[in-house]
Amino acid sequence: MSKSTTPIGSELTVRDYSLTGANTRQAIENGLSAAEWYHSDVPRKNLKSLMKRRDAPAIRDTVIWIALHFVFAAGGLYFWGRWLCVPFWFAYGVVYGSACDSRWHECGHGTAFRTRWMNDVVYHIASFQIMRNPVNWRWSHARHHTDTLIVGRDPEIAWMHPISLILKALAFVGIVETWTSLKVLTRNAMGNLSQEERDYIPESQWPKAIFWARVHIAIYAAVLVVSFVLLVSGAAWKSLIPILLIGGPRVYGCWHFVMTGLLQHGGLAENVLDHRLNSRTLYMNPISRWVYWNMNYHIEHHMFPMVPYYSLPALHELIKDDLPPPNTSIWDGYREMMGSVMRQRVDPNHAIRKSLPPTARPYREHLHLAVPERNTGLEIGDQGGT
Amino acid sequence: MPWVDACAVDDVEEEDLIRWDHDGRTYVIVRSLDNEFYCTDGLCTHEQVHLSDGLVMDNEIECPKHNGLFDYRTGKALRAPVCEDLRTYATRVGNGRIMVLVG
Ligand code: FES
Repeated sequence: MSKSTTPIGSELTVRDYSLTGANTRQAIENGLSAAEWYHSDVPRKNLKSLMKRRDAPAIRDTVIWIALHFVFAAGGLYFWGRWLCVPFWFAYGVVYGSACDSRWHECGHGTAFRTRWMNDVVYHIASFQIMRNPVNWRWSHARHHTDTLIVGRDPEIAWMHPISLILKALAFVGIVETWTSLKVLTRNAMGNLSQEERDYIPESQWPKAIFWARVHIAIYAAVLVVSFVLLVSGAAWKSLIPILLIGGPRVYGCWHFVMTGLLQHGGLAENVLDHRLNSRTLYMNPISRWVYWNMNYHIEHHMFPMVPYYSLPALHELIKDDLPPPNTSIWDGYREMMGSVMRQRVDPNHAIRKSLPPTARPYREHLHLAVPERNTGLEIGDQGGT
Repeated sequence: MPWVDACAVDDVEEEDLIRWDHDGRTYVIVRSLDNEFYCTDGLCTHEQVHLSDGLVMDNEIECPKHNGLFDYRTGKALRAPVCEDLRTYATRVGNGRIMVLVG
């Protein structure tokens, strides 16, 4: 890996991540928004077969996923009061509070199942589990794909500068995010959409956003009521069980999705138009890949969002010669990412820039360099092999 | 309104689509599994991305950018983030060519 000596993306002195601020205007004026992105070459015939949808893999995974909820919850309840219940709740937390993120993501794209209603049902269940308004997040994620890591445009940038390591560490126990998510859902349920939400959600969808927020909040309120009733009827610690089953895993089980999610773009470049510069592909163990539904192939996913999760390994094989070498493990990814993040805390314009294999087409820097006001005099064309 | 010769039948594979540009506008020609031909506007109504890299499945085109779905027979927008329907154009086949009624 080589480190950038000059900024890869834009040289911003102050970063305003709001979607209605100065950087928003700048990104649009500079042609960074809704821009043309680099894609590896994949013959149409191959791409068509990779994009093909099947119900079977996602049905199999969903049956296992649901069954694991029941098995682990049953174990947690059976061994309640003994230390043996802890691993069961731990595992329940991960299948509820972490696996939901990838199900939300894939079904939101509509790629997991071939059958549309199956995508929709799992999307709603997973949105509930992860405490995301299913309407708002569908639109914010579309924007994330249009303007990946473009400051002032992408509502889903996980590592915003200045980076707070304390907040990032707290994300692994989900308390801050859960509190924030519940506040947003409550605000939406009261019929209130923020300025930013109004920016990326079309007006025709606002009533739906409010409706689904009300559904989520009503279920959480019911869980709290049941828990309270149990408490006043003398159930003592057992009154926590409804919360451990519903809602609580967003706190105690989210660590896995936070761990994998932070790797997607962490330490990489903002304001570029080549996903090889702002996204990370890495190899990981099969359990994490199952929980994460193969989103470790993240460059591939961003280049070709129509390829379902079960075909991403094949897509990776097809285009890996055009991509930077993947990190070899979660640990390796963290080592690389944290090294860069620590530098970014001092110099937010720093970003990882990995060497490309000789077979790869060069990074398409002209796509983001050759925009008005940032034309550095470089010729528009490929600038070398890395 | 003129019928315009767009392409040969064999230019479009089964359950696939191709881009067709005419008179400063861009379209896609779709061939269904049962060998019917359809023509719609070429740009997605969400963010104007060309649909020619999209996926044809059943009676639908999926947009390559955000997976928005359209029924290519009617142009109806079926899944967010597309909300606005696509325009569709009548087609007919003769002598191995696809003709489109533009207008
Ligand atoms: S551009 Fe087609 S769905 Fe967004």
